Amino acid sequence: MPLGKQELLAAYRKMVTIREFEERLHVEVASGDIAGFCHLYSGQEAVAVGVTSHLDDDDYIASTHRGHGHCIAKGCDVIGMMKEIFGRRDGLCGGKGGSMHIADMSKGMLGANAIVGGGPPIAVGAAIATQLQGRGKVTASFTGDGGSNQGTVFEAMNLAVVLQLPTVFIFENNGYGEHTGADYAVGSADIASRAAGFGMAAEKVDGCDYFAVYEAAGRAVTRARQGGGPSAIECTTTRYFGHFEGDPQRYRAKGEVEQHRRAMNCLANFRQRVNAEDWLAPDQLDAVETEVRSLIDRAVSEARAAPAPALDDLCTDVYVSY
Amino acid sequence: MKSYREAINQTLAQEMRRDDSVIVLGEDVSGGAGGSSGKRDAAGGVFGVTAGLIGEFGEQRVIDTPISESAIMGAAGGAALAGLRPVAELMFADFVGVSFDQIFNQMAKFRYMFGGKTTTPVVVRLPTGAGMNMAAQHSQTIYPFLTAVPGLKVVIPSNAYDAKGLLATAIRDDDPVMFFEHKALYPRKCEVPDEDYTINFGEAELVREGDDVTVVALARMVGFAEKALDSLAAEGISADLIDPRTVSPLDEETILDSVENTGRLVVVDESNPRCSVAADIAAIVACKGFHSLKAPIKLVTAPHTPVPFARELERAYVPGPAHIAAAIKEVLQ
Repeated sequence: MPLGKQELLAAYRKMVTIREFEERLHVEVASGDIAGFCHLYSGQEAVAVGVTSHLDDDDYIASTHRGHGHCIAKGCDVIGMMKEIFGRRDGLCGGKGGSMHIADMSKGMLGANAIVGGGPPIAVGAAIATQLQGRGKVTASFTGDGGSNQGTVFEAMNLAVVLQLPTVFIFENNGYGEHTGADYAVGSADIASRAAGFGMAAEKVDGCDYFAVYEAAGRAVTRARQGGGPSAIECTTTRYFGHFEGDPQRYRAKGEVEQHRRAMNCLANFRQRVNAEDWLAPDQLDAVETEVRSLIDRAVSEARAAPAPALDDLCTDVYVSY
Repeated sequence: MKSYREAINQTLAQEMRRDDSVIVLGEDVSGGAGGSSGKRDAAGGVFGVTAGLIGEFGEQRVIDTPISESAIMGAAGGAALAGLRPVAELMFADFVGVSFDQIFNQMAKFRYMFGGKTTTPVVVRLPTGAGMNMAAQHSQTIYPFLTAVPGLKVVIPSNAYDAKGLLATAIRDDDPVMFFEHKALYPRKCEVPDEDYTINFGEAELVREGDDVTVVALARMVGFAEKALDSLAAEGISADLIDPRTVSPLDEETILDSVENTGRLVVVDESNPRCSVAADIAAIVACKGFHSLKAPIKLVTAPHTPVPFARELERAYVPGPAHIAAAIKEVLQ
């Protein structure tokens, strides 16, 4: 058994929390009560959770515009996140960041990021800090297939190799960068081999298989903690929703999403594996699902009831002092 | 006497001694890594400003980076989130162009986007300005568009004494600070104490006091304005000469108080004229000090062109003492 029972249950709880959070947001956004953009992570849960299963609160991650899953996986408060997405004053960022900017330094979550490719340079900086501080800590950045084409990401990978930083570049290849296929936009055969070209260990795994991600991330995180420098992991996955909520997804063949929900379902894969191996009983997993659904219900009702920011908040937090 | 370059170098060393979390990073900040001579500190920065630091502080705190400005700026922001106080050098301020996202979308906004729950104590050092025939992509004074960004502070010292005190403040400050160093000022000397000191942001210096006109000048233009005023002294013309020192925050009060006394304003800046710091100061005085004005405000700036290469053209581009003197006489007519 690669993980203990409690760890397996915790991983499943996180993946289910992400799935339920996102599926519920899909409904809530359609109600019109959530302003702005929402980019949902449903389908990719095994990536965020497989990686963060190796990280503590004082390890860091940098995330993307599709960041809810990374936040939940890193331990951000689900109710605080929901309030933030609803633009509430007691949301995780006081209603000033919203879906695309959720951050929580106390959990080592350096921020979702609305700029594609914005996160890896920041992650490299956090890795410079922990390397200097001798903390033995690791920083992981998450980037999509779209972000993998940004120059900022190339710069960050090269700098990480030059300075042999304790960092892991996770590439989540969900098949589409915005409304354009990765097959078209990623010029190399795959993203992992391109990362390897920068001089780091890189591998490609099935991002719908929690255990495959967990094992690859374990190798990379261990390498980083032991001073072996950066690594990259490309996780092939899918997203069950559009680039953003409201995206008509005309670039996807009819039936693709339904087919992916059946064939590329990391939760179903997880259940199948732990049942087959007799690691966990189905009723334990069912109990987790019931518990998570009630948490998400509570998050939505608390977020709906929470107060909006005060207008005085408009001009605070720009500077520490000015 | 210490040069502007020496004052900055000494401050970096003093602040690095004072606080282990201060690091320096950038292209060639020590130099020589991987070179065939095997010598480190082969550059000490392209202008020699960071020379000697690697010897005292080592390569973990004086980090030579690849030529990757986005990674440098992003790494500075990320390291700040993780507890360091990075001083990042962009070899030339113009290189903001290849790293702007990490400055204005990332480090400038972390605190606000994250609901005030973090600090971003980054200093970005930006060698700036024309006068060395470095042409259009190595000579610009690009502080106007950084001054426009909420979340950034912008510092533009005009002399070695101020450079030292303002840099110490910048490094100890918890917000991201854009620290512009005018390249033509690097060898300029003045009295600078050895011991460390700070100068508050948002406090202009009244360089000279006079009655007839208020002259506001930035960076290299402060010295040129002094020359202009020297040339006008024989004609009995005297002026308040104000060096804002920081343009975000800007000490509006000192400028408005002075204009209230003199009734006339000349603003001198090496930047291009549109949407500039000079235009901003003129707008503030027009909005808040209109009733004090006895004459239209006059701006002395570079023209609305890129910085040219040829000596003759560059000399014509950069405002000089004669332009400033002519503008002062014009507002006094």
